[in-house]
Amino acid sequence: MGKTLFDKIWDSHVVKSIDDGPNVLYIDRHFIHEVTSPQAFGGIKARGGKVARPSQVIATPDHNIPTVNQHLTIQDELSRVQVETLKKNCEENGITMYGLNHPYNGIVHVVGPELGITQPGMTIVCGDSHTSTHGAFGSIAFGIGTSEVEMALATQCIMQPKPKSMRINIEGDLHKGVTSKDIILYIISKLTTGGGTGYFVEFAGSAIRSLSMEARMTICNMSIEMGARGGMIAPDETTFEYIKGREQAPQGEQWDKAVAYWKSLVTDADAVFHKELTYDAADIEPMITYGTNPGMGAKVCESIPTLDSIEDSSKNSFQKSMEYMGFEAGDQLEGKQVDYVFVGSCTNGRIEDLRSFCEAVKGKQKAESVTAWIVPGSKQVEKQAIAEGLKEQLEAAGFELRQPGCSACLAMNDDKIPAGKYAVATSNRNFEGRQGPGSRTLLASPLTAAAAAVTGVVTDPRTIFNF
Amino acid sequence: MPKDKFVTVQTSFVPMPIENVDTDQIIPARFLKATTKEGFGDNLFYDWRYEKDGSPKADFVLNNPAYSGTVLVAGKNFGSGSSREHAAWAIDGYGFKAVVSSFFADIFRGNSLNNGVLPVQVSEGFLAGLFTAVDADNKTEVKIDLENQTITNVATGDSESFEINSYKKNCMMNGYDDIDYLFSISNEIEAYEKQAVKF
Repeated sequence: MGKTLFDKIWDSHVVKSIDDGPNVLYIDRHFIHEVTSPQAFGGIKARGGKVARPSQVIATPDHNIPTVNQHLTIQDELSRVQVETLKKNCEENGITMYGLNHPYNGIVHVVGPELGITQPGMTIVCGDSHTSTHGAFGSIAFGIGTSEVEMALATQCIMQPKPKSMRINIEGDLHKGVTSKDIILYIISKLTTGGGTGYFVEFAGSAIRSLSMEARMTICNMSIEMGARGGMIAPDETTFEYIKGREQAPQGEQWDKAVAYWKSLVTDADAVFHKELTYDAADIEPMITYGTNPGMGAKVCESIPTLDSIEDSSKNSFQKSMEYMGFEAGDQLEGKQVDYVFVGSCTNGRIEDLRSFCEAVKGKQKAESVTAWIVPGSKQVEKQAIAEGLKEQLEAAGFELRQPGCSACLAMNDDKIPAGKYAVATSNRNFEGRQGPGSRTLLASPLTAAAAAVTGVVTDPRTIFNF
Repeated sequence: MPKDKFVTVQTSFVPMPIENVDTDQIIPARFLKATTKEGFGDNLFYDWRYEKDGSPKADFVLNNPAYSGTVLVAGKNFGSGSSREHAAWAIDGYGFKAVVSSFFADIFRGNSLNNGVLPVQVSEGFLAGLFTAVDADNKTEVKIDLENQTITNVATGDSESFEINSYKKNCMMNGYDDIDYLFSISNEIEAYEKQAVKF
């Protein structure tokens, strides 16, 4: 029987398998940031150990950093201490860090791909659940806890049971105005937030193949939101084209060897998955969430489900969620008030996302009632946005381009949505309080965010923009 | 660091019949700014547990003196979302030894095991039975026997077995952790590196 893409990479990284236990998995690249690493370094120090392979570890502070006035000291003391602790730990252990104001600083899952660190066939971990982003390159990438960060730092290995395999095919052509964010929100709305638990997902099909690397990253990024260990897409010419020439991409003869190997990283025709699902791209329309987990999503033009359509055992949780959001079951989504718009995060903070937002709002003006935060995913994205004139376009339409970081996705810095306010966000989680205590989040694509930003209400982007 | 050994527990329990409890609820992001593992228990379920002014919300289960015990019993899909191990530190720091649910998110399950907190996955029916029992008597007890991999609803006598791989079971029962094991196979890791594909 043939092997899946996932099997090929996983099996080639197993150092040892333990009977009725996990595999010892070798890690090629380990990304770290300030929030989930200090206790891991502390643990290593307490054991008298050291970082095993510092050249395979890459650090960037991103969760805590401000998105304005980055040239000043971080004002919040706890945040500053955490960022300084990362710097100290990296210096003591010989780890490369792209610190605040470094031209390569940014959200870890934006930085890895844009520097060519992320490559097909690799195993990649980070103490952050959105590490699944890197799977867009045909790598096995997933989030880990701090105990595992310590293991990976100390031994370059972690211990993991091998997940089951799932393939999700999206076949056919996407409608205009439908983006990869809509694809993944659609899938999660079908599978629920637990539907992928225990699985590693390969995304395939003609609609996936037609996507850019940025769009593929958005899909893999949110694999974790359906509970999957990670998501991945087989590498192809689009992948190779993206990586070629990037700072840490293989060069010359090594490049040719690498591409030859990467081309072998496909699921064999006779491989069998534990679960396989297929959706028609034509059924997907612009999506938005209405509840307090990413599985509670609907087409923008639809209504919130009625209570009688919810399973009895889930009715309490559903009603708790509606109460938090200030919505009623059965409400129409279009026309709901929007107070804030957040464009950014490791899900949709890449250059293509900023381009699509800018293109949409060109010639229009931000609604006065809306506060908008446009946050590039990295210093390089910021630089490119300025070079392409996007910053000026944004300003002309009444928006402001901030400095890079995780920002309002999880509101660890000052970018917090006030209690009770509604935010259309291009990020990945709409949990209670995710964007600040009491904040109410509606997840959507950059296009749907643009539509909300210029109208001040939830709007199907196809009704106001020409595609 | 090696953990306390997990022994059989029999205790009253704290019911939380809510589905999809994510790690942002278990420990909100603004409490993740620490550089040590201590003190997270005080902020466990902070936004559900406290009012804006810091006073306890009377209707939240952890603030209700009728419920106590070292086991948390929660609705399905517990621990979804962020990989933050701070969620496991908060549950451990509060004093819970085990969490019972009909379904756990993968990363949370791993993080719990790595911190000596036992995730016990039970059937929907067994979970419903525990909620019914605690509704009738808030001091009703649950018994978790790791060696025999069984959980018992003491009021009804219903018992069910739960899964845990023998490696992790051994770690939990003896207080071992994975790093001790990985250090012990450093030669095998180096041998692996010599033959691995690199560009």
